[in-house]
Amino acid sequence: MTASAPHWNPWPRDRLLRWAGFALALIGVLAWSFMVISEATIWAFVLDAPQQGRDLFGRMIPPDLGFARELGRPLLETLHMATLGTLLAMVLAVPLAFAAAENTSPPIPGLRWLALLLIVASRSVNSLIWALLLVIILGPGVVAGIVAIALRSVGFIGKLLYEAIEESSPKPVEAMRSLGASPMQERVYAVWPSVLPAFVGIVVYRWDINIREASILGLVGAGGLGLALIGAIDTLAWGRVGTLFLVILATVLFSEWLSARIRAKVT
Amino acid sequence: MTAVAEPQSWRRPPLIQSRSLRWLLTGLVPAYLLVVLLTLDVPLARIAAGMPRAMEMAGALLRPDFFSRADAIWLGLKESLAMTFAATFLGFLLAIPFAFGAAANIAARPVYHFCRAVIAISRSFQEIIIAILFVAMLGFGPLAGLATLVFAGFGFIAKLAAEEIEAMPPATLEAMRASGASWGQQMVYGVWPFLLPRLTGITLYRLDINFRESAVIGIVGAGGIGATLNTSLDRFEYNSAAAIIILIIGIVLMTEYLSQWLRRRLR
Repeated sequence: MTASAPHWNPWPRDRLLRWAGFALALIGVLAWSFMVISEATIWAFVLDAPQQGRDLFGRMIPPDLGFARELGRPLLETLHMATLGTLLAMVLAVPLAFAAAENTSPPIPGLRWLALLLIVASRSVNSLIWALLLVIILGPGVVAGIVAIALRSVGFIGKLLYEAIEESSPKPVEAMRSLGASPMQERVYAVWPSVLPAFVGIVVYRWDINIREASILGLVGAGGLGLALIGAIDTLAWGRVGTLFLVILATVLFSEWLSARIRAKVT
Repeated sequence: MTAVAEPQSWRRPPLIQSRSLRWLLTGLVPAYLLVVLLTLDVPLARIAAGMPRAMEMAGALLRPDFFSRADAIWLGLKESLAMTFAATFLGFLLAIPFAFGAAANIAARPVYHFCRAVIAISRSFQEIIIAILFVAMLGFGPLAGLATLVFAGFGFIAKLAAEEIEAMPPATLEAMRASGASWGQQMVYGVWPFLLPRLTGITLYRLDINFRESAVIGIVGAGGIGATLNTSLDRFEYNSAAAIIILIIGIVLMTEYLSQWLRRRLR
């Protein structure tokens, strides 16, 4: 018979020591962080923040609702940027994903790594930074926004799609191979149908994220609601800013709802 | 027994079952593209003029310059990292009460609705929009960035954590209730040990998101590496900008893999 412990000790010694070490490291990192931030802060501005805040919201409320009538075109531009950007990314991401997935990558040395590198680079840069660069190259406007959305989305769609391809069942592929199908036929008739529902889900999900992102890309000069927003902020028209916030919020909520409904049907 | 006739031909099953919906969608896409192409003004001359700049930027990406602006880059990186760490920690602390309050299985109805409303407000606006408001209130610099990331991050953490609590098997709490544990004891000895590893995982995931966002909100004045990038682009210092983008990609990848690795070890 084993002796039963008289008490349950939730904090044995080694666990306590581990937590103490973790807490010390955390305190060190946080102390450094707050020091860096506090050095770069002008505290006089912070002290009157409550007043500034009251002032700001006082001007934003009530929002200048009449301004909403001028927002039809910016809203349409935002929708176009998100939709066209997603379509462009969708077309580019498919070959990239097939090249990046271990089980479908063509046997060309280095190709798989190149595809993975492109996916990673696209994914790590925020669409706002892509837009910052593209506005310089393509000029301000919707086109820079479309390309920025596409460049960011290629990595996102590509990554999720190649993971879906790698997870897809190898059995249909083997069955087709034993019937003498070519590698291309295997991909078109065995791999593609099995990842198609996932692909549609991923694209619709990204579309809804893209609506969110497209509504602010105008801040750096791409078109859409963001451009109207930066215009209102620069002219200190806070009533208009309030209206824009409401429109952006409504757009984002609508696209989220729509995308959730479509995805529930597909998958 | 009648012999079942083998089908002599095969057709790929369509993704969309309903024939009318399928034709509607295949017709709508080209129509949409046509309308957009006709209404969108593509500034071809401006795009052509931008091509030399694109070449210049591509060249800069091959010859990144980490040194001539080393001080500014280092300061920006320091601010971004400090913001990320401090905001993740504060967001974590702030998320705990809201996670408990927003879990339907343990919170009282009015508390639940209040917490869900707060979380919805925190999650529905893009970081960059929150940053604009905080910069107006707190002045330029990383403090506004910190406030932004805390505000946007705690709702994210709280929502996912509340969903974990809701998915918790009820047996533990029932057993504790049966042996006479108070509500507080149920939370401390029942819910908390279940939640902690999951909460840590969610927080690490947010750490990774916070760094990505910290690289962007500088564009509207909230400090960090995004501000440095914006300045270098405004000065046409493409080689420094290329260095910053490479650094952002590198750190994003590092935090992503670090957070993935830690989360896998937690499980």
